[in-house]
Amino acid sequence: MSETNDTNPSITDLDAEHWLQAYEQMVMIRTFEETANDLYTSARMPGITHLYIGEEAIAVGICEALRQDDYITSTHRGHGHCLAKGAALDKMFAELLGKEAGYCRGKGGSMHIADQETGNLGANGIVGGSAGIATGAGMSIKLRGTDQVSVCFFGDGALGQGLLYESMNMAQLWKLPVIYVCENNQYGEYTHNSKAAAGSMVGRATGFGVHAQAIDGQDIRTVHATARLVIDRARKGGGPAFLVCNTYRFRGHHVGDIDRPYRTREEEAEWAKRDPLTLLEDWLLKSKQAEEHVLERIKQEVKTAVDDAVAFAEEASFPSESEVDQHVYA
Amino acid sequence: MSTLENGTRRSPAIHAPGEREITFGEAIREAIAEEMARDQRIFLIGEDVAAAGSVFKVLVGLLDEFGPERVIDSPISEAGIAGIGVGAAITGMRPIVDIMFGDFTTLVMDQLINQAAKTHYMSGGKLTVPMVLRTTLGASRRSAAQHSQSLHALFSHIPGLKVAMPATPYDAKGLMKSAIRDDNPVVIFEDKMLYQEKGPVPEEEYTLPLGQADVKRSGEDITIVATSSMVYVALEAAEKLDSIGISAELIDPRTTNPLDTGALIQSAQKTSRALVLDEGYSQYGVTGEIASVIADGAFYYLDAPVKRIGAMNVPVPFSPAMEDLTIPNADFVVETAKSLCG
Ligand SMILES: Cc1ncc(C[n+]2csc(CCOP(=O)(O)OP(=O)(O)O)c2C)c(N)n1
Ligand SMILES: [Mg+2]
Repeated sequence: MSETNDTNPSITDLDAEHWLQAYEQMVMIRTFEETANDLYTSARMPGITHLYIGEEAIAVGICEALRQDDYITSTHRGHGHCLAKGAALDKMFAELLGKEAGYCRGKGGSMHIADQETGNLGANGIVGGSAGIATGAGMSIKLRGTDQVSVCFFGDGALGQGLLYESMNMAQLWKLPVIYVCENNQYGEYTHNSKAAAGSMVGRATGFGVHAQAIDGQDIRTVHATARLVIDRARKGGGPAFLVCNTYRFRGHHVGDIDRPYRTREEEAEWAKRDPLTLLEDWLLKSKQAEEHVLERIKQEVKTAVDDAVAFAEEASFPSESEVDQHVYA
Repeated sequence: MSTLENGTRRSPAIHAPGEREITFGEAIREAIAEEMARDQRIFLIGEDVAAAGSVFKVLVGLLDEFGPERVIDSPISEAGIAGIGVGAAITGMRPIVDIMFGDFTTLVMDQLINQAAKTHYMSGGKLTVPMVLRTTLGASRRSAAQHSQSLHALFSHIPGLKVAMPATPYDAKGLMKSAIRDDNPVVIFEDKMLYQEKGPVPEEEYTLPLGQADVKRSGEDITIVATSSMVYVALEAAEKLDSIGISAELIDPRTTNPLDTGALIQSAQKTSRALVLDEGYSQYGVTGEIASVIADGAFYYLDAPVKRIGAMNVPVPFSPAMEDLTIPNADFVVETAKSLCG
């Protein structure tokens, strides 16, 4: 199911520097994920991980519209959200490798990265599990009387979870500043959403009176423009919003899902034509906001930064044994 | 723990009748397939159970054999499918509800504990809930705190529910078939690390009663009670103990509710020492219940206090450097057994 009812809001007041920054963020996420995949295939990373490749425009488009003190909650496919909200590469990789220098001292791993410095309230291993947390953060913002905003990222699979609906209902009742961002990458694991989500996705929110839109999640300009509108509205007390960002995960459900028998190579090729990075590159070049060599330099710089971060993480030490029963209680 | 590393482990010589060897996963599939062929009322529902044959590939082939009406891919709606299971069971069907990771059973607590477990009693015996909820347990896959828990004690606590936790392919098939035929809600926990484990399973039809323990190894000096994959840890420990002259008897209760108290007490009376091993948390856990049953029933025969070993009382950490510390291993079992026999 892909619905789009957006009017493609245009942004006129953003300069090239801003877009290059967004581009760099997207390249960073892409490179991070490709490297994480390499770490898995070369057996240098424990466990598995879920890659965000193909969906970068959503995390970056949304988070570029947020302040550092705004909150996000993330998912099992969370690296992109964490990085876009400002996480550092070295501590991210260290966490993926289970090292003490990681964001969670090696206790959380890929699926549980949290960083209160950048407003990241945590990735989540439970599908839909963060809908309550993001809404609770919205409640806290309201009670504390600040003008922060809370963004809840989740996948189309989470539309199956009742908690989401209980949360959205309360957010609308009490006009909480929560943006529910559904990353509709068409699949929940190996099941297409046409077999999992009945009716309209957007309608799930409009039923509660929540402002809702379906947008092109591959085009960062659309994502960002829409995000700015709904975030601004929430900040001013206008209440929650629900965005369905239509997208595609370019890789398997997790790094071990390489055959992907549940979908066709043709479908993948169609979506590959709408790679969010290429779309932004093309626009930057065509509109003469950047030249090829500038984009190339950004890619190189990001690659170096990622390589350095991996080296840091690989050299970092594992937590000591005494760490294991620390932090069970505060 | 060496035997649990990378999903490979030695297949121990566990007695079971029959020549044929199949894996634990195949045994589960075979049990479900045989029962579905026998009884049209049975249907299977869960996330990615049909087209994908479950994320652990245990159910591959069932969709082709029984069709999409009886093998159903659901949305990611654990509470919903559990509820559908309860309602369908009360009205004449025999559902098998699949909850991928045991950690996600927390999402079905109301349907299972407030509804399924109590319906028969509250209705004065008029309504029944013949439903199976199959799910997983076990750490050591580097999956972190929300994909590694062993939550069977939560369900074993509840009157009205039965809880099975097979350790071998033979037990898996026999217990699954009995669970499906039982007129009560039965929760069956399968250790994710056991799916590739091979063992003898006869071609002929058989079931195993819920509530009957199995002596996995007989011995004289100490009784080790172990559940699910901890049976393998206990076997490894028993072999090590043998080499230092301590003969351990290994008992697998196979179901925690009903619990075969007689068999546990009898063994402890014989050996005069007991140690209980389970991958759930030791605090308020299955080990506590079993230890207390033994302490009570074998009090006058015991030469040492009953000891219990469970998972460390912490959320399961991601880092391999920490995760392995939280799960009981054979060396620790050996040390504990030695201290009891000393
Ligand atoms: C409550 C719950 N049920 C099942 C799972 C297993 N699981 C992990 S990811 C996933 C699919 C999620 O799909 P979606 O929300 O669309 O996110 P995507 O993976 O597509 O980004 C499932 C079923 C889980 N983690 N939590
Ligand atoms: Mg999805």
